[in-house]
Amino acid sequence: MTDARTYRRPVSTWWWIGKRTYFVFVMRELSSIFIAWFVVFLLLLVAAVGRGGTAYQGFLDFAASPLIVAVNVVTFLFVVLHTVTWFSLTPKAMDVRSGGRPVPAWAVIASQYVGLAVVSVCVLWLVTR
Amino acid sequence: MTKRRVEPFVWLMFSGGGVVAAVFLPVLVFLFGLAYPLGWLSPPDRDHLSGVVGNPLTILVLLGMFVLLLVHSAHRFRYTLYDGLQLKAQRTIAVLCYGAAAVTSVAAVVVLLSAGLR
Amino acid sequence: MAHSSGNTGTIGLRVSRYRPDQDTKPHWQEYDVPLRREWTVLDALNHVKNETDPTLSFRWSCRMGICGSCGMNVDGEPRLTCGTFLADHAPGPIRIEPLANFPVVRDLVIDMDDFMQKLPRVKPWIIRDEEMPVDDGEYLQTPEELDAYKQFSMCINCMLCYAACPVYGLDPDFVGPAAIALAERYDLDSRDQGARERLDVLIEHEGVWGCTFVGECTRVCPQHVDPAGAIQRYKLKAAKESVKALLLPRGAR
Repeated sequence: MTDARTYRRPVSTWWWIGKRTYFVFVMRELSSIFIAWFVVFLLLLVAAVGRGGTAYQGFLDFAASPLIVAVNVVTFLFVVLHTVTWFSLTPKAMDVRSGGRPVPAWAVIASQYVGLAVVSVCVLWLVTR
Repeated sequence: MTKRRVEPFVWLMFSGGGVVAAVFLPVLVFLFGLAYPLGWLSPPDRDHLSGVVGNPLTILVLLGMFVLLLVHSAHRFRYTLYDGLQLKAQRTIAVLCYGAAAVTSVAAVVVLLSAGLR
Repeated sequence: MAHSSGNTGTIGLRVSRYRPDQDTKPHWQEYDVPLRREWTVLDALNHVKNETDPTLSFRWSCRMGICGSCGMNVDGEPRLTCGTFLADHAPGPIRIEPLANFPVVRDLVIDMDDFMQKLPRVKPWIIRDEEMPVDDGEYLQTPEELDAYKQFSMCINCMLCYAACPVYGLDPDFVGPAAIALAERYDLDSRDQGARERLDVLIEHEGVWGCTFVGECTRVCPQHVDPAGAIQRYKLKAAKESVKALLLPRGAR
């Protein structure tokens, strides 16, 4: 029945540009690049801390250079995108129940933000104490 | 009998890394990427950070976090290359992505141990 | 060409045509139809076929959103044309194309053999180790047990989710949203004992792991099945099974 010449429509490399939902999805996926960058950045920080006073100051100067600041501003934006999308997808990906009853999506999302706040305070305390 | 597959374990690490990234990175990027370098807050002094990093528990936790974050990034980027660039060399891409994560993880071990043990 | 003046007026349709015996690739053809407030795109297409151009080919049946036959891409979105109103797409022209990500057979008709072949692979039926004898009566199910899978049973196989899924568009080997949602529907059914068999199919690379949780499938589903949610839950289930298989000796499984 379908042996006559069926036509396969080609998919453009830019398939994700036209629709907002596709675009946000690809941006979300690209956050992975900046997360990997920041792991390297943190490793540079740890290495500098290990090497001594001048190395640490050198790292801070490096971190303050315009290029690195620009990269980290973009990194911060992508990290925020990752956090917001990850938190909102969790209730859609999991059937969260408490005592047999389903937990409403807003509660799952809110509790993750509470977790974010707690962790942030702990890290800040740990680093500045 | 369920066949043995690696994908489920990689996906679990990807998910763990996603949670770590979502919960730990905002404050870390804000502090070490923006606030301290730009002088919005005064940076912690080196001795204090050295004490933090020197703690064996911190080394283990940081190592675990870094590995999960790297696997998360590699996994996501691998699929971005498949879908975004429609590249066909799937096995090569997978090896390159997870390989980069593995190499960086080894580097993380080296950096954390040498910094922590000083 | 396309105009909708105040009360009556018409609206333009830009329809993708393809005749395999004459064309090497699809091309557009424009029609004008009356802009009636209660008309759907399907009504417009039938008007064209009855009044203007009987050669236009397209699928439809129930015209009330339950058979799943009339899926097409309307202004770039996978829609059931029987539920898409002309007025919502005024002033037009309304772009009507065959359902995305499927090969085109003719005009707006697509080849769905791929889906028809994938569906039985996930075994979308009740699998039991042992059938109960008929004399023992029916399988009983509580309302809670029904609720566990009911949402995923609402699928009408319209394939709008495949048209929306960029992964399927780029890799036709991907099992796809509806097939996985239907596997989950049977896994969650209290009468079913076939979860392991379906897992063997879906744990492959082109099974659930191909999904990157874009979420478009759920957004376009006319029956609110939420295939994206089903797939993520399936991934978690497959991951748990893999961890158990690793940690527990074979006999204990």
